[in-house]
Amino acid sequence: MRTALLGSAKTGRRGFRRRHAVTLTAAALATSLLAACGSGGPGESKADTLEVWVYQDASTKVQRDAVERFNKNSDVKAKLVEVPGEGYQDKMRSAMGTPNAPDVFFNWGGGSISNFVEKDMLVDLTPEFEKDAEFKESFIPSILEAGKVDGKYYGVPMRGMQPVILFYNKEVFAKADAEPPNSWEDLLGLIDTFKKEGVTPFALAGTDAWTELMWVEYLLDRIGGSEVFQRIQDGDSKAWGDPAVLETAETIQDLVDRGAFGKNYKSVNYTADGASTLFAKGKAAMHLMGSWEFSNQKANQPEFADKHLGWTTFPALPDGKGDSKSVVGNPTNFWSISSKLKGKQREAAIEFVKTASEDWYAKALVDNGDVPTTSDSEDLVASHDAPDYAIYQYDMVRDAPSFTLSWDQALPAQQASPMLTNIQKLFNKQISPEEFVDAMKALK
Amino acid sequence: MGRPGIAWAVPGVLFFVLFAVGPMALVVYLSFTSWDGLGAFPSVSGTGNWERLFDDPTMRQAVWLSIVLTAASWLIQTPIALLLGVWSAGRQKNRAVLSAIFFLPLLASSVALALLWKSLLDPNFGLIAEIGPWFGLEDGNLLGSGRGAMAAVAFVAAWQFIPFHTLLYQGGARQIPKSFYEAASIDGAGTVRQFFSITLPQLRNTIVTSSVLMVVGALTFFDTVLILTEGGPGTDTTIVPYLMYETGFQAYDMGYASAVATVLVVVATAISLLMVRVSGFSSMRSTREGM
Repeated sequence: MRTALLGSAKTGRRGFRRRHAVTLTAAALATSLLAACGSGGPGESKADTLEVWVYQDASTKVQRDAVERFNKNSDVKAKLVEVPGEGYQDKMRSAMGTPNAPDVFFNWGGGSISNFVEKDMLVDLTPEFEKDAEFKESFIPSILEAGKVDGKYYGVPMRGMQPVILFYNKEVFAKADAEPPNSWEDLLGLIDTFKKEGVTPFALAGTDAWTELMWVEYLLDRIGGSEVFQRIQDGDSKAWGDPAVLETAETIQDLVDRGAFGKNYKSVNYTADGASTLFAKGKAAMHLMGSWEFSNQKANQPEFADKHLGWTTFPALPDGKGDSKSVVGNPTNFWSISSKLKGKQREAAIEFVKTASEDWYAKALVDNGDVPTTSDSEDLVASHDAPDYAIYQYDMVRDAPSFTLSWDQALPAQQASPMLTNIQKLFNKQISPEEFVDAMKALK
Repeated sequence: MGRPGIAWAVPGVLFFVLFAVGPMALVVYLSFTSWDGLGAFPSVSGTGNWERLFDDPTMRQAVWLSIVLTAASWLIQTPIALLLGVWSAGRQKNRAVLSAIFFLPLLASSVALALLWKSLLDPNFGLIAEIGPWFGLEDGNLLGSGRGAMAAVAFVAAWQFIPFHTLLYQGGARQIPKSFYEAASIDGAGTVRQFFSITLPQLRNTIVTSSVLMVVGALTFFDTVLILTEGGPGTDTTIVPYLMYETGFQAYDMGYASAVATVLVVVATAISLLMVRVSGFSSMRSTREGM
């Protein structure tokens, strides 16, 4: 269960995936080498089926239903291939260059597909969105925007939203007679308050660099506004030289020096539930994490999740240019279509991905505990298991002027991987803020 | 009956060419290209990867860390495996039971072992949180410091591989004729003297075999690093094989990863050849010459 819940998150890319990579590496190397030699060949998909690949976890149920419904009314039958979450990205990536590539597949948008877009491997769905206004308007605009690559749409949102939220432990706050932070001054004050109490102010899983990335994302958004990263995402590596990036890096090290993350964050993990357990047991007061933290806590520490788990927005910084309503995180997951499909098959694939905008689909997501990314879903969201949390999340994302896609998903892997290493070094104080900026500017 | 015909070598050679020489040649080729693993096989794009290799600080650090890990592995594993192996070749009481227990770590998969040690070394919930302070680790933060993480990797590797080398030494020690020891005790040599004058020289070839396996194993060590430290903190345990994996399968920079891989192949081959040559193992002189 835990794996499943976490699995829907970005851990799919950086967390779990690595564990199983040992065996995969050899296999993947072999496949990608062989793959490169063959084109066309026997793997050509049959004209009357669609191979649909999805990341297997607790939410897969909804896609299973979608396939079943679709097959009732279609000549071209969809066949769902459920890929265990840990290996999804490796498998998808290795298959894409080969004749065994999926016809329709789950992805994270942005950088997770930008290499495919460069090679012209995906169907541009922009005309579909333009042709069918109702289809386009059925999704929250900031979500659709976040999935764009080079100004075009290649994906249809098909799972719940996953914004990054500042969670806090109500019990620990009550004991210290503290209030959740409304401003940066509050937040800095809380660090001292909790240090006096002998509680780590923020749980941080420092062995998983993507948890540290969340801090960098929010800080840069609040300090420089969402435009700074947008420029970086658009391929302007000089934008790393923006003074806001340096200020972000300095703020990070200031937080580390103040003891915001305690002493041993460098060896705390997220994927084995280190940080979440510290937080739930009251050893840490706050936790900046993706919205999946809620379901994760619910599965592992149900009493804590029901009674003591609180949430709030990341505060604004003094003189920051960003809007404190802006959100970072994973907007959602997307369906994309392989451009090798032609004629009837392509039409069927487009029909299939459009099912994700239907009302029953959004309802199925809610019933499954997700918060859908479709617009006008307030009523639906109210029927969620944890309505307060779901409505908070839904409103937060709907009202957000911008939703910045997690950087490790937004950037191509060639930049994302060294970026994560640099961020980890920044938190560990192995490099200075200036060295961080220089290293990031040098990424190509 | 003459020598077996050359045709007998065909299956083996084919296998070796297909699964070793072929991929290696491809990797060398890829190291001169820039390829993200997608689409058509890339064409040669120059020596960019190789130029980058020689002034990449991460690569320099990785080479240094690999050397450190290799040296540490040899220094930790050899004496322990040698002593355990010689001991377990004897006829002591409980020897069989204890040997079986020592042998256990080798049977588990290295992924399982790495996960096990990762839990034990967890600074908040692991065993180290309790016993760390005994060793001066107040916050149990072993994996969070560069040296600590490296020490942990070397330790887990030793824990996992000592049983295998023990087995080699046990076999080696059992081959030594009893008459040597009988003669030595008549001449008045004690256990220690017997060990240094008979056992150790007689195990020379075993030591070379075990050392070559150890060194090549340490140079290509990967899975434990992946799970235990993910190359971190920062890049402090990013040894060459891990760097190769990260470049190839996290950053999808197959060209540069291939350059790293080529270096690894060349260095590991050179070192094992060198060891075999220097130790005189290649001439296959028997340790029992003159018997």
